[in-house]
Amino acid sequence: MSGLDQMEIGEALPTIQLAPVARLDLIKYAGASGDFNPIHTIDADAESAGLPGIIAHGMWTMGNLAKLFTPYLGEGFMRDYAIRFKGMVFLGDVVSLRAVLKEKEGETLHFDVEAVNQDDKKVLSGKVAFSMEIEEVF
Amino acid sequence: MLEEIIGKKSGKVKNRIERGAVKKFVEALGNSSPLFTDEEAGKRSRYGRNIAPPTFPVTFDGGSIPGLHLPDKGLIHGEQNYHYTRPLFVGEEVHCWREVKDYYEKTGNFGRMGFLIVTFYGEDASGQLLFSEERIVIINEAARREMEA
Repeated sequence: MSGLDQMEIGEALPTIQLAPVARLDLIKYAGASGDFNPIHTIDADAESAGLPGIIAHGMWTMGNLAKLFTPYLGEGFMRDYAIRFKGMVFLGDVVSLRAVLKEKEGETLHFDVEAVNQDDKKVLSGKVAFSMEIEEVF
Repeated sequence: MLEEIIGKKSGKVKNRIERGAVKKFVEALGNSSPLFTDEEAGKRSRYGRNIAPPTFPVTFDGGSIPGLHLPDKGLIHGEQNYHYTRPLFVGEEVHCWREVKDYYEKTGNFGRMGFLIVTFYGEDASGQLLFSEERIVIINEAARREMEA
């Protein structure tokens, strides 16, 4: 796919809305990432940590947000990917992922990114610098 | 007291980016692209091989930092920042280590919280930096006391 270089400032990438968060999503991510902190998978552990229920790994949401840029990885790469975690993601939450182009700097595109839940509350936000300049080091 | 861990590092650990691990990781996130998993598509790409997604370093072993013992409870992941010099390649070796960049405390509504900043580095076999990752972990008062005990 191509076209990132055609984007105008203020333009957004196509939003991705994830399916409601299911326990199995988090179990799979725990296995694939190696993060077995039980507050992400086991109710009793989440409750004993003072949570109303299990919560998604922050890195699950951050890993999902990277999907906005996956269609463009033939053109460049995510040089900088910086996220601040703002809120918890619970089972059944519907998370939407967004990126808006803020600035072009040579071969680098600077995006503001965020993930929001069904109440439009931010669960994370941050920045992506997508670089189309790849050194021929390989 | 916890300030004493600033500057402490782990030893380098060799990781190999396994094809199966990348497949499992992108499948768990529903992050599909032939560039991650299809060998032919990888060969045809500008990299000439398959690549790993940007948060894949969470799977790497970065060793343990002497003197740093984080409790199981009372930690909040505050921030996560990656910087790459190029994408990671499936099959390559990445040599990883961690360093405590900073530690400070702030008093707020929930007591005196600790802020731990740990940087995670990955180099290729020739010592070229591939990525750095900065993680900010917020430690609540109870967990902080436990660490000081």
